[in-house]
Amino acid sequence: MRIAPNWQALTALVLIAAALAGLPFTAAPGAVLALLILWLLALAALAALIAPATSGLVATFGVLSHAAVFLLLASLAGAEGTARPSFYAALAAAWLLGWRLVTVLSGDGRRGSTGPGWGLGLVIPALFGLWILILWEAVVRGAGIPFVLLPPPSAIGHKIMASLPILAADFHQTVLKAVLFGFVVGSLAGFLTALLADRYRFLARGLLPIGNMVSALPIIGIAPIMVIWFGFDWPSKAAVVIVMTFFPMLVNTLEGLRASGAMERDLMRTYAASHWQSLFMLRLPAAMPFIFNGLKINSTLAMIGAIVAEFFGTPIVGMGFRISTEVGRMNLDMVWAEIALAAVVGSLFYGVLALIERITTHWHPSYRR
Amino acid sequence: MKSAGHTSSLFHRAAPVTLILLLLVAAWYVAAYALNAPYQRDLNARQGVTVTTGELVAQTMRQQKPTMPAPHQVAETLWKTTFGVPVTSRRSLVYHAWVTLSSTLLGFVFGTLLGVVIAVGITHVPALDRSFLPWIITSQTIPMLAVAPMIIVILAAVGVTGLIPKALISTYLSFFPVAVGMVKGLRSPEVMHLDLMHSYDASSWQTFWKLRVPASVPYFFTSIKVAIAASLVGAIVGELPTGAVAGIGSKLLAGSYYSQTIDIWAALIAGSVVAMLLVALVDVAGRLTARAMGARPS
Repeated sequence: MRIAPNWQALTALVLIAAALAGLPFTAAPGAVLALLILWLLALAALAALIAPATSGLVATFGVLSHAAVFLLLASLAGAEGTARPSFYAALAAAWLLGWRLVTVLSGDGRRGSTGPGWGLGLVIPALFGLWILILWEAVVRGAGIPFVLLPPPSAIGHKIMASLPILAADFHQTVLKAVLFGFVVGSLAGFLTALLADRYRFLARGLLPIGNMVSALPIIGIAPIMVIWFGFDWPSKAAVVIVMTFFPMLVNTLEGLRASGAMERDLMRTYAASHWQSLFMLRLPAAMPFIFNGLKINSTLAMIGAIVAEFFGTPIVGMGFRISTEVGRMNLDMVWAEIALAAVVGSLFYGVLALIERITTHWHPSYRR
Repeated sequence: MKSAGHTSSLFHRAAPVTLILLLLVAAWYVAAYALNAPYQRDLNARQGVTVTTGELVAQTMRQQKPTMPAPHQVAETLWKTTFGVPVTSRRSLVYHAWVTLSSTLLGFVFGTLLGVVIAVGITHVPALDRSFLPWIITSQTIPMLAVAPMIIVILAAVGVTGLIPKALISTYLSFFPVAVGMVKGLRSPEVMHLDLMHSYDASSWQTFWKLRVPASVPYFFTSIKVAIAASLVGAIVGELPTGAVAGIGSKLLAGSYYSQTIDIWAALIAGSVVAMLLVALVDVAGRLTARAMGARPS
């Protein structure tokens, strides 16, 4: 066991000393709690200085520094907006220790060090996300930023819990009706058109440049037209999603159908395989990575299309409707609740597609270990 | 001989595109008739006039607020609002396109700078690579366009109005392709080249400027082509909330409020033209840079 100086832990120690000199943290009384927090942070910083960093040691300083930061947030209760410089010094010290933790976990980045395993591959980004929430909560409540500007994450969490039925209704209207229907129909239409264009090359030569061009256009602008054609309810949103998802799927599928090697295609020809046989047995499987790329792009586009289309007129339910009306009423916690819902749904959508891709294209080099 | 071959390949490429575009215009006319005819028949029946099919077709092509405007109506409006009024007028499409373009470009510049800085950070700090990169990808699964109105309203509440809020939305949409593309580009040098730099005893700064940056240039132009298109979408959506009074997005919204379908289509086409010009501009800049850097013409 020896001391291994690193700048994060050393700076954290300096900050802890500064915070100690500048006590109290807030206008509210709580000297004992403040001393406890600083003591925990100092212990964590010392643990971060010891080498070699065994997993027990790393866990200890990780737990200590995060316990300290949660006590720090708790000490804000009833004293919002009165945080003094020493509060921010303690916060910065905890943040540096968090950074040290991530650095150690990601293997110090030395050349030749092995990358993190599957579990750590989840823990490290999760820590990063956690710290965004911690800094957000601490700064918003510490500095007393007005609620209408930016509500703290805890308030958004409470709002989500309190308005689950509304969120469920919006989810049903926007995602289950407009997004899913539009995504399936649009992607399928793009896929089938690509198969047709692949059969008749003339069509492909005409469609490919147009498809590439359309991907640069602000297609979302057709939303008002679709609302005029199909009315306020979900079909108009689904129509926007269909148009938005058609071209990425077409372009990606066409690209993928050209991905199989000339050698393999020649082999199919020596077998006297028909166009459809070689399509289904060779070229479609080879196109799978491209098709999934198109589907992933479409999953994001579908969510955006459906939500933005609701800004142009909806029945009184739906995620886009809720966002635009609650912004007008300055109920920003509800808006953030909808954003959180959209983020979770968007990530799940993407994640499910990535999972199916892994299962169906397990042969692809990018998944081989 | 060479030039003849060139023209024939141009013809070979242009013919299918032209044919399909012509088919689209034809389909557009058919759709205009099909979508406008029911209302026109209804109108004629109420006024007690009987018309021949030919007259009905003509009527569907010149409605004031058609369900589907015919191409020539849109072209007429485009021509009138682009060349028929002074560019400083609020009725001029050039004026609205300029408002949108200015916030697009501002957001694009911010987004590109941010994306490059993030990419440099990710390639040089392993902790950032492991912790930040997954969140960048997650950030794009969030329909951030949906938050656009809120950002506008919040910033208006603190007194920031005009160009900056819209540009911020463009920034958010455009930093991602640049960040991801540049990470790929800065990592594109082969191990052999990196080892060569190593054997020259090059500092990481020298390796960065003399190997990684030149290697990343093609990736840079590919990704800013995506970024500038995304910036334009961001600027247009940023104009949708009630605050905006000018720009292509506000033309769309006003058109949808008053059912001015011809105006909507004209604004949509104006936006598409701007998008194509921007992408073409980036493409040319990329080719010129590649040539200046001694790339072989492909």
